Amino acid sequence: MFGKLTLAAIPWDEPIIMGTGAVVALGGLALLGLITYFGKWRYLWDEWITSVDHKKIGAMYFILGLVMLLRGFADAIMMRAQQAIANNDAAGYLPPHHYDQIFTAHGVIMIFFVATPFILGLMNVVVPLQLGARDVAFPFVNSLGFWLSVAGAVLVMLSMFVGDFAATGWVAYPPLSELGYSPSVGVDYYIWSLQISGLGTTLAGVNFIVTILRMRAPGMNLMKMPVFVWTSLITNILIVAVFPVLTATLAMLTADRYLGMHFFTNELGGNAMMYINLIWVWGHPEVYILILPAFGAFSEIIATFSRKPLFGYTSMVYATSSIGILSFFVWLHHFFTMGSGANVNAFFGIMTSIISIPTGVKLFNWLFTMYRGRVRFHSATLWTIGFMVTFAVGGMTGVLLAVPGADFVLHNSLFLVAHFHNVIIGGVVFGCLAGMTFWFPKVFGFTLDEFWGKVAFWCWLIGYWLAFTPLYILGFKGMTRRMNHYDVPGWHPYLVVALVGACIIGAGILALLIQLVVSIRDREKNRDLTGDPWNARSLEWSTASPAPFYNFAHVPTITSLEQHWTDKETGRAGVQVMGYEDIHMPRNTAAGAVIAAFGLVMSFALIWHMWGIALFGLAAMVATFIQRSYDRDVDYYVPASEVARIESARYALLKQSEKVA
Amino acid sequence: MSATTHTKTASAAHGTLTSYITGFILCLILTGLSFGAVMGGVLPPEKILGAISGLAVVQLLVQLIVFLHLGLAPEQRNYTVIGALTVLLIATIVIGSLWVMHNANVNMMPTQMSVERALSKD
Repeated sequence: MFGKLTLAAIPWDEPIIMGTGAVVALGGLALLGLITYFGKWRYLWDEWITSVDHKKIGAMYFILGLVMLLRGFADAIMMRAQQAIANNDAAGYLPPHHYDQIFTAHGVIMIFFVATPFILGLMNVVVPLQLGARDVAFPFVNSLGFWLSVAGAVLVMLSMFVGDFAATGWVAYPPLSELGYSPSVGVDYYIWSLQISGLGTTLAGVNFIVTILRMRAPGMNLMKMPVFVWTSLITNILIVAVFPVLTATLAMLTADRYLGMHFFTNELGGNAMMYINLIWVWGHPEVYILILPAFGAFSEIIATFSRKPLFGYTSMVYATSSIGILSFFVWLHHFFTMGSGANVNAFFGIMTSIISIPTGVKLFNWLFTMYRGRVRFHSATLWTIGFMVTFAVGGMTGVLLAVPGADFVLHNSLFLVAHFHNVIIGGVVFGCLAGMTFWFPKVFGFTLDEFWGKVAFWCWLIGYWLAFTPLYILGFKGMTRRMNHYDVPGWHPYLVVALVGACIIGAGILALLIQLVVSIRDREKNRDLTGDPWNARSLEWSTASPAPFYNFAHVPTITSLEQHWTDKETGRAGVQVMGYEDIHMPRNTAAGAVIAAFGLVMSFALIWHMWGIALFGLAAMVATFIQRSYDRDVDYYVPASEVARIESARYALLKQSEKVA
Repeated sequence: MSATTHTKTASAAHGTLTSYITGFILCLILTGLSFGAVMGGVLPPEKILGAISGLAVVQLLVQLIVFLHLGLAPEQRNYTVIGALTVLLIATIVIGSLWVMHNANVNMMPTQMSVERALSKD
């Protein structure tokens, strides 16, 4: 019945883990208690858990990302602390087995459960609004995809307290990740959490492609789509193209571990190098999946806060598309040292260098957008400028690593670690936080606190440079990544500086949380009555803040690339147009959350070889899905009178705000 | 959401009963031919693999054209472009992987290869 799961699976003898477990358990109980005390279960269930509203799902993706950011950062600070201590005679406080799990979990969490939810959250909030649509194409699938991601995150968190996590590095290379070398359930946690959240990501990808191609407002041809929608389109095409590769690769690893097959084993004809090849066929496009929507967010922000149209819209679209195509021709640069010949390495090295050209085009477009603009130094602008400076350096170290000869020196060193943190923190994280600041009022109706936003920005920027510049230097000095202990005294000062940098980033995360609390406290003061707090340019700012659940009372007609700006110029913005019609909307459904919950049961059971329970979980997932497909009551009409009531209240507020101004 | 709130409903060719039945029968015939090629004993054994691969490709094309509505008519072009992109990406991944793995195999047997031979490889 319980397979391999016994009470011995809980690491009773590890004080760090048990302490964390106690805090998590107490915190969780306190949270549940508070929800019960305030009687908010009904509200949570009706308004959030069963919601198919894309704005709420987007907000929940962000909450997921923020919670997991805390976990991923806790891992990071533990590693930094270990390396700042474990010099020469000192062994540090983390035993190797625990340390190996931490760096694996850090990578997995930051990519799959922080960056990916942030990106999907941004796209959820923004894309339908920018398209003039009332929701995504498949609202139920959207809810399902989100809850599957949550199930994956829960599995990773569970692994800390029940059993262990993979100790293989975040891409779990075989033969180390094979049963012979990783006999515990760690790699199985890794496999199933990625499979189940990867399913959610793939569903989101399909959903957004259909939404963007089929649900644009009348008049919006492809070259009138805002840049953020373009970057989202390319990102989702990449998701649909490469996530199946990840799924298949992990499925083969699963077959090796569960069914005694030999795809990637050392013996009986297995080929571990094929896994490395396949995982990077997914892995390289994955980094563009993460960065492209961030590029889109920066494009929207920099145009708005420079009070100018984006410079070079067309070149931006072509640059985005070429990055999308080129991202399929560079994967080998992750394993130049695997042993391919000079022809192969040269081809992939050159392709990798070429990809910096469209990226450079984008950078210049942003700079020229600011040129002679009236730039407002809002915190979103600061994130954007901080990104441009930081990301440019990260891009250049990437081009350096693209030279196979240089890569042979720097492969697997801290230089590489510094490089990808440079582009992921400086690009993806800054982009998502800038986007959060920018679009927050569209979901919640009030702006975020500026002071704490700026504190967060400066902590992140200074902290990043302090934490990772030493790693660049250490990489040149020959320090490899993932070291639990070292005996070179010369490295020690750099690692102490890196720890200080990580602490400053920690202060930045704290500032973000304070910013949220302060903003919620002062929400009445910061309420956005206009719907357009930044004097912005695209369609989402023409509706109220928070956007009504149906987004737009009238489906807008598109005549211009910057529709809202044009409307403001011609005096058509902020004018109430009567003659409302019934609006067709999707009904909330619990099916997404229920299917994901059964998926969690199935995955957990598979990890522990509890076959009966796993079969039950799978059957329950399929049954719930079938039951949902026979449910004919999935939509309803909002009566025109109701729309008129909501809209009239909104325009009354708008008038009031104009009087105040 | 339903078509009423869409401003662009799916307008591409959805096929007719005749086209679906033609496609169905063609697929049946092609599957029968593949089956016959393996079981019928008409072909010499070394040609069977080529024959069924060829028939599979033909059947794939039939299905893409008849069931997935790929074609050159204006309303079908979206699908055709997406199909072409898919083919391009799959070809990249498959051919690229074969090239990479073959090249690594050739280069990763240093004990059986003199330095001169290794240098002259590529």
